[in-house]
Amino acid sequence: MNPPTGINTPQVKIKSTEQVIEIINLRKGFGTQEVLKDITLKLLDGENLAVLGKSGSGKSVLIKCIVRLFNSDSGKINVFGEDINGLDTEGLGEMRKKVGFLFQSGALYDSMTVRENLEFPLLRIKRNLSKKETLEKVEEVLENVGLSDSIDKMPSQLSGGMRKRISLARTIVVDPMIILYDEPTTGLDPATSDEISLLINDVQKKYKASSIIITHDIECARATANRVIMLHDGAVYKEGKLSEFENSSDTLIRSFFK
Amino acid sequence: MEKIHPIIKAKVIATKQSIRLSEKAIAKTTEAHNFLTDFADFFIFLAKTLKETFSREFEFKEFLRQSYQIGYKSLPLITVTGFIMGLVLTIQARPSLVHFGAGSLLPGMVAVSLIREMGPVITALICAGKIGSGMGAELGSMKVTEQIDAMEVSSVNPIRFLVVTRVLAATLMIPLLILYADTLGIFGSWIGANIKGEVSFILFRSQAFSHLEFIDFLPAFIKSFFFGAVIGLVGCYKGYTAGRGTESVGIAANSAVVLSSLLVIIVDLVAVQITDLL
Repeated sequence: MNPPTGINTPQVKIKSTEQVIEIINLRKGFGTQEVLKDITLKLLDGENLAVLGKSGSGKSVLIKCIVRLFNSDSGKINVFGEDINGLDTEGLGEMRKKVGFLFQSGALYDSMTVRENLEFPLLRIKRNLSKKETLEKVEEVLENVGLSDSIDKMPSQLSGGMRKRISLARTIVVDPMIILYDEPTTGLDPATSDEISLLINDVQKKYKASSIIITHDIECARATANRVIMLHDGAVYKEGKLSEFENSSDTLIRSFFK
Repeated sequence: MEKIHPIIKAKVIATKQSIRLSEKAIAKTTEAHNFLTDFADFFIFLAKTLKETFSREFEFKEFLRQSYQIGYKSLPLITVTGFIMGLVLTIQARPSLVHFGAGSLLPGMVAVSLIREMGPVITALICAGKIGSGMGAELGSMKVTEQIDAMEVSSVNPIRFLVVTRVLAATLMIPLLILYADTLGIFGSWIGANIKGEVSFILFRSQAFSHLEFIDFLPAFIKSFFFGAVIGLVGCYKGYTAGRGTESVGIAANSAVVLSSLLVIIVDLVAVQITDLL
């Protein structure tokens, strides 16, 4: 199979083999239902790791465990070498400052304008910024996502794609070292999905962040991933380069890549 | 057809009965467990809120915004309610007082009942409906749309930003709304007194206040802070702990109104008992 080109080619080269996230034997369940069963994976510095899987395979729970929105039942999650399960409130806050999270729904604050949405984390994480510097930073990231003219709009005035872009702007405004994308292209038309995928690559190049992209959109994975992990039924089903997945004869993998 | 032996038949019936009883017992135990869990969760939430209230970083701008939302935006409703409260109380009480030859006590009776009991309780119940449900629905929808999670992963403490500001704003604004309602109630009462008679506002006011003492006003004013705190806490708790589906937003708003109204009545009962002892 020929290597993908254009939008389907990841633009980012992996910088090093240093691990920024290491997950070892992670288990998480809700009640009697075990969602994650013994997950082990690592995210390398500067890489885009796509996590594929059907709905309900535990992809979103996995990244929510990384930022401790969910506490894992057992196993270790090391972020920059530090086990996050052992962090106190202050330590957790410090860790979260380094990790950006793009929610599936965008999760923009309804009662705030776009500017206030972006200023909200910025003013609380980078406290020494002056008013002028804050505004400059907000304008810079809005320009990066191509929505400079939406600065004073309310989230309700934005389309789905615009909300995702603003949400991405809010994620990158604090210069995170790791970005976790939860289904970044879900619910968007193919053209807007491609734009978001390009934007993920642009952000990667510009901010030099490492990313985990949770998706079941193969085009998004093709466009952004350096490496792919497929989850099935709460466990790692296959790990490798995208080409290995595309050339695989496994029925489950083929069902994704047809 | 084969006849079932009476002892076997009795055993089957007894087994069925015991299964039914066990199921009922399990259901009741689960209900009690859920109630106790909810109760414990509320106190954990209260402890977190108290801890964040005294933290160094206070979200003053958000507190002002919430004070505006709770205080200023409730004024039209409280204006109408307070005025009608005094008016209706006067219209209802007047015939009985006149019948017993105590018509001149009307301003004093209305003032005492408004300031000691009716003003605070009715205003608090109205606020439980408007403010409690608003908080429950707003925080509930923020929970459903992952806005609270977004705050948390941005290293912002959502209890400090969302809950402390709302609870403090409700605690401070509801007593002011109650004072405002009391004032309008007395004005409404004067209008009521003038429907079937003629009395100047100055005379009505002096008669009303001649029956009032500081001890009538103080306990009512103090309990109104508790009403505000209860409404804010319950509204925030129900919204903050809402489930993940859209249906839970409605449930959060509804249960916030029901529980905060009930707690307002209970706080009032306790306050009256304490005042009685003093």
